[in-house]
Amino acid sequence: MNHLTDLPVWAAIPVCILLLLGSAITLAGSMGLIRLKTFYGRLHAPTLGASAGTILICLASMITFAVLQNRWIIHEVLIIVFVILTTPVTLMLLGQSALYRDRIEGSNDVPRKATGEDADTSAADI
Amino acid sequence: MNELFIIWSILASQVLLGLAMGCALFRMARGPRAQDRILGLDALYINAMLLLLTFGVRTANSIYFEAALIIALLGFVSSIAFAKFLMRGEVIE
Amino acid sequence: MRYWFPYPLLSLSLLALWLLINQSLSPGHIVLGTMLGIAFAWVMVNLQPDKTRLKTFGRIVILTGHVAVDVVRSNIAVMSVILRTKTRPVNSGFVAIDISLRDENALALLACILTATPGTAWLEFDRQTGVLLIHVLDLQNGQNWIDLIKRRYEAPLKEIFE
Repeated sequence: MNHLTDLPVWAAIPVCILLLLGSAITLAGSMGLIRLKTFYGRLHAPTLGASAGTILICLASMITFAVLQNRWIIHEVLIIVFVILTTPVTLMLLGQSALYRDRIEGSNDVPRKATGEDADTSAADI
Repeated sequence: MNELFIIWSILASQVLLGLAMGCALFRMARGPRAQDRILGLDALYINAMLLLLTFGVRTANSIYFEAALIIALLGFVSSIAFAKFLMRGEVIE
Repeated sequence: MRYWFPYPLLSLSLLALWLLINQSLSPGHIVLGTMLGIAFAWVMVNLQPDKTRLKTFGRIVILTGHVAVDVVRSNIAVMSVILRTKTRPVNSGFVAIDISLRDENALALLACILTATPGTAWLEFDRQTGVLLIHVLDLQNGQNWIDLIKRRYEAPLKEIFE
């Protein structure tokens, strides 16, 4: 086909392996969204795609373009940095709000707050 | 032989990422509670970003990378806003 | 000097980010990025974040290496848990840990590390009692997790930040 025919074998093989591995790990993480039973269990699932999947796929495209066009496409580095920095923040806030909602509803599956019963989260806003 | 191999592996990884998006979409549509739906939406964003990256590898078009960057940023902001909304009932305090 | 450049590291990293986004090293972009970096540093002054001095750079390198190893290892562990849910039931649970870190930036970094590693998720930190609540996906022995987090993350963070 197009530009990919110019890719030498020694670069094509790691690119293929990285792409397939990254997407397989992402798929495994997303399957966790379906398979795990509780919300707090499912909270762990997207981290797989965010950490391993993003790094592997970005590495694959960096190798491709470093070999093909002899220039480093920097956007992959930025994508890795953004995703690594932002995903924990999202999941943390989501876990906190789920905990808050479960406590307000008086669910027995979540641990009580250590100090008293008031569901005030203003002290825990990290 | 070589190019056939890489084309097929890109295609296979796109199929895998599409399936992953399907899983996230299932959780978003089905999720018993609001936090499950937001979690599904967040995973959907990340999977869509990775799918755009594989398209970028396939076509060598740098527009795809910029789109992936924007998805990474806006997905983060919207998920944060949703999570804040769940917690306090308002986004901006 | 300190007045004009309140957060030099932040300004420099913003400049680097600007140049990376634009993928150019032309003088115009350098000037624009420098101006943006200084302006956002002034915005940070108004937000009044806690100032912390980083000590012992060797410790930071070691901690980064530990985190990288743990992320790889727990990726594999979580993947095997997800793929074997049919044959082996998942026993996940909450773990409460008493930690003595009080520095805001250190706590934020600990939160990011814990949540970025698949398998552990930060849920809540009570600032009065110092009790941290995390959720662990593959909980075999709660005490093991407490020891692991205290030894592997809390001690180095304490050394770096306090």
